[in-house]
Amino acid sequence: MSPQLIWTSFSTILRREVRRFTRIWPQTLVPPVITMSLYFVIFGALIGSRIGDMGGFSYMEFVVPGLIMMAVITNSYANVVSSFYSAKFQRNVEELLVSPTPNWVVMAGYVLGGVARGLIVGFIVTLIALIFTSLSVQHIGVTILIVFLTSVLFSLAGFINAIFANSFDDISIIPTFVLTPLTYLGGVFYSIELLSPFWQGLSKLNPILYMVNAFRYGVLGVSDIHVGWAFAGVLVFITLLSGWALHLMKHGKRLRH
Amino acid sequence: MTAALSIKNLEKTYDNGFQALKGISFEVQPGDFFALLGPNGAGKSTTIGILCSLVRKTGGEVSIFGIDIDRDFPAAKQMLGVVPQEFNFSQFEKVYDIVCTQGGFYGMPRALAEERTEKYLRKLGLWDKRNAQARMLSGGMKRRLMIARALIHEPRLLILDEPTAGVDIELRRSMWEFLQEINAQGTTIILTTHYLEEAESLCRNIAIIDKGDIIENTSIKSLIKTLNKEVFILDSREILSATLDFGDFEGRRLDEHSLEVTVEKGQSLSDLFAHLSAQNISVTSMRNRANRLEELFVSLLAQNKMQEAANKEVKS
Repeated sequence: MSPQLIWTSFSTILRREVRRFTRIWPQTLVPPVITMSLYFVIFGALIGSRIGDMGGFSYMEFVVPGLIMMAVITNSYANVVSSFYSAKFQRNVEELLVSPTPNWVVMAGYVLGGVARGLIVGFIVTLIALIFTSLSVQHIGVTILIVFLTSVLFSLAGFINAIFANSFDDISIIPTFVLTPLTYLGGVFYSIELLSPFWQGLSKLNPILYMVNAFRYGVLGVSDIHVGWAFAGVLVFITLLSGWALHLMKHGKRLRH
Repeated sequence: MTAALSIKNLEKTYDNGFQALKGISFEVQPGDFFALLGPNGAGKSTTIGILCSLVRKTGGEVSIFGIDIDRDFPAAKQMLGVVPQEFNFSQFEKVYDIVCTQGGFYGMPRALAEERTEKYLRKLGLWDKRNAQARMLSGGMKRRLMIARALIHEPRLLILDEPTAGVDIELRRSMWEFLQEINAQGTTIILTTHYLEEAESLCRNIAIIDKGDIIENTSIKSLIKTLNKEVFILDSREILSATLDFGDFEGRRLDEHSLEVTVEKGQSLSDLFAHLSAQNISVTSMRNRANRLEELFVSLLAQNKMQEAANKEVKS
């Protein structure tokens, strides 16, 4: 296919993905906003006011970047896993598979659809956060880049989950048993400096810790880890997951017999 | 002339060891209206799946208008439109979006995709339903939606896998007319169907597949000519006597006003009518007991079954 045809195909997939999650906005855009608002009220305002400072900032200021990142991660993942699995379930994924659209364009279209939802939700959550606290972004480049790459990474993870899934139960297992615990233990609500050395070491095996801290560094200018590790880790994972997803699309038996 | 579709020694063995295709070969010429027939599980859908990349072949070669799918599948796919047996569109998307989006997957600029969407939705009587969610359509409308979607990039080869299954007679007739129209405009069509009168009415050439093998590949006319006998049902105005004489014909009285007569190759219907007329029986209507192609189809499958049983016996 020529670059022009590839672009048309890619933009068609992306447009359809955006149309899908905006059509069902009460299911896709409203719930994360409500959940995050509750986090802000309960953890940030009510409990946070009794916690005092963390990492040199008020607890509300500390927790906001983590909560924005949490919304981006869960929504990017959820968008792709539910959209691609639904396409498999209703068999309309065949519309793409029988077309000349290359596999990498299919993957890129779905992933960017997930990124679009992740970033829109992240933006709305940021606006709500501004009701509770003021935010002055310290490193705009780091902030934008890490939130984008993290969204890409979790959209890719959602895509792979959808390829493997055989039922709607299968698309909730990873978010429930892997993603949520890792996010809660990924430094969203606390600095790992509060932990003993053993738990600090263990926490450093959690990839979400790096992304949350890199984003916090971008917004507040503080981080528990070196930001370079976060970018390196995210890029390595994106490379590995992209390769795996393309391998599954080309050789796997879950999309083609 | 380059064949619209060329299949050589095509094989498919699934992971569980089931051999769905045992090295089939056939060609479809450009402009043809071709029937691919076979009982359930014969290998028709597997063949179609391979052509549109949903099934990976385990052997053999496939070319679409001279383009080998192993060399340039995307280019071959541009030539191909497929209407599958099962509904495979998002039930929650609008009819218009389903068709227009498919154009985008084939790299069509938005304006052209929109123009073609309107053209085919109008032709298939779905324009009034363009803003309806697909799940709100009737079964027949859903079938037409899949045809519109398959035509959006105006493929040179259109494959329809049982397109009229579950469609009422009136709609089936209008779909036949539409398919004949696009065939007359140059689109090569391959049709699988269980309605053999449909294949006989529409198609010029035929391949019959059974248990992964092609057991017949010829023109419909040549195939019909191989019929050795035809069975007719005749209705008479007069009450038929129980001791009716059929002369040289094999026949039987079905009820007071109808009879069944077998006409062998070489026998003439005029002789039959003359014989009945001599007994003061006037025939008011006449029809085949079963579709001619259906008779042949059943007999070919039976022959294939007997052949297989004989082969097994020799082996054991």
